[in-house]
Amino acid sequence: MTAPILEGLDLRVLYAGRPVLEVPRIEVRAGEILAIIGPNGAGKSTLLRVLGLLEPPTSGVVRFRGSPVAWGSGDLLATRRHFASVFQEPLLCDTTVEANIALGLRLRRAASEAVTTQVQTWLAHLGIAHLARREAGSLSGGEAQRCSLARAFAIQPDVLLLDEPFAALDPPTKDELLTLLQVLLRQEGCTTVFVTHDRDEALRLGDRIAVMMGGRIHQVGVPSEVFGRPVSEEVARFVGVETILPGRVVAEQAGLLTVEVDGMKIEALGRATVGERVLMCLRPEDLVIRRRDERVGLESARNHLEGQVEDATPVGAQYRVRIACGPARGGVVALVTRQSFDDLALERGTPVVVTFKASAVHLIPR
Amino acid sequence: MELIWQGLVEAVRLIATGDPEILQIAWLSVQISGSATLLSLLAGVPAGMALALARFPGRSLCVALVNTGMGLPPVVVGLFVSLFLWRSGPLGFLGFLYTPTAMVVAQFIIAAPIVTGLTIAAMQQLNPRLRLQLLALGASRWQLLWLLMREARLPLLAAVMAGFGGVISEVGASMMVGGNLQGQTRVLTTATVLETSKGNFDLAIALSVILLLLAFSVNYLLTCIQQRGRTP
Repeated sequence: MTAPILEGLDLRVLYAGRPVLEVPRIEVRAGEILAIIGPNGAGKSTLLRVLGLLEPPTSGVVRFRGSPVAWGSGDLLATRRHFASVFQEPLLCDTTVEANIALGLRLRRAASEAVTTQVQTWLAHLGIAHLARREAGSLSGGEAQRCSLARAFAIQPDVLLLDEPFAALDPPTKDELLTLLQVLLRQEGCTTVFVTHDRDEALRLGDRIAVMMGGRIHQVGVPSEVFGRPVSEEVARFVGVETILPGRVVAEQAGLLTVEVDGMKIEALGRATVGERVLMCLRPEDLVIRRRDERVGLESARNHLEGQVEDATPVGAQYRVRIACGPARGGVVALVTRQSFDDLALERGTPVVVTFKASAVHLIPR
Repeated sequence: MELIWQGLVEAVRLIATGDPEILQIAWLSVQISGSATLLSLLAGVPAGMALALARFPGRSLCVALVNTGMGLPPVVVGLFVSLFLWRSGPLGFLGFLYTPTAMVVAQFIIAAPIVTGLTIAAMQQLNPRLRLQLLALGASRWQLLWLLMREARLPLLAAVMAGFGGVISEVGASMMVGGNLQGQTRVLTTATVLETSKGNFDLAIALSVILLLLAFSVNYLLTCIQQRGRTP
């Protein structure tokens, strides 16, 4: 495992006596992209400011390359200069694009040839070379954020801190910039802490994902672990698990569990003891719907629930279909492509069968 | 109308012929008001930045006092500076009363709150997150202050213009602490008052025109600096 380049230990931040951040431990490993996700007000930006040495914690220690940071000392600036931050707003200075990109280097009194080289390099990498002489105030939102990213990359930071850099952009611009950032971060191998409330952004960029809620980190892990095996109901809801039903383990045989949920028998893979009360979690994209009158061949999926369509909502190129299943009419949510939705002629009341594999079921102990 | 016309003609004549007394009065006005403005910048800009950026108990009271000071009546300033510099006053030993130094002191007291107040406003109109961004880019404390001043340069130059405009045009304090002594403390405003009281309207108009031209020239220069490189 790579050694942490940046660590936070027992971090606590209080605002007017109220705790807004309580993180016993967080580590950022050299070369990785750590995405911190969570709802608004979760304390993500506060954590980023503390890790970026922009705000001292009320208590706790930040370590950079193993050494604790001394707040208020002359070393603080020297350590802070190993970092670069990009915020939601581009926050450019009232000067030209190239002068903005050069700013961090000029603050470090870099040699002017080095500044010119870096500025030209990052103008080109971010695709804004044609805007070099433009006043920053005349840029569009996307152009300004490219400039802000170029300004951060030009410093060649040891750690790049990104605080929702795409939150204010329109979807096509955001997608374009996200793809570009993904390429640049891999190319540079730059250690990055990326704060976002958008789980898709985190999935695209993050090597590891930390889920923050109410000022605390609830789970840290690789994306498949966090998205597929959430540790709590709150995390599950935030990472996009839309079906969460209470149940009880009624049988176990060679790792295959039978869980009774709303009068239905569900087969799941996992570890639990018979009689244990659990929450059954299913991601909408893991469910397959067919009409009850549709003939099917052999299926490997072990779970087949009968139900009726309750409602359907268009979401981008898909439909989110809510199905009432079993005697208690527990709500199960599935995602269906528009094409399948039309082919199946789904409407309220249509009798359907929901199919999913035992491995798609995640159980959270209650 | 005839009187105004005569005054304008006299103003042109005095400027064109370079009347030594008028030139001396105009130059002294520039020196006194320029010095007072410069001193008010040296004190007012740091004070304004501190009041805008720092958080400490009593800050609101300080800001309110500064804002009140922006409307300080020059005669009140003149009165108190006179009392302090009076031979028997607390600072009488300095011997400043009826000297250009006393006029600079009085004008400084008038201009400093204007510059401080407008500096506070200039700093507060900047995006508060900009400070964080500049620190995150590696700015030291001094670099941060310099960059914030650079970002607020338009309103800060407006503060300079307001400060200079406030003191070059005031008459009450200059008259009281300077005494309007010919060749020593007579400035354009006090000379205008004197000539008007003597009924020399043409000369008074000429002095007023020179005062206006002077104020315009300084403000035009500052505006050119302020608007440099800006496209509408």
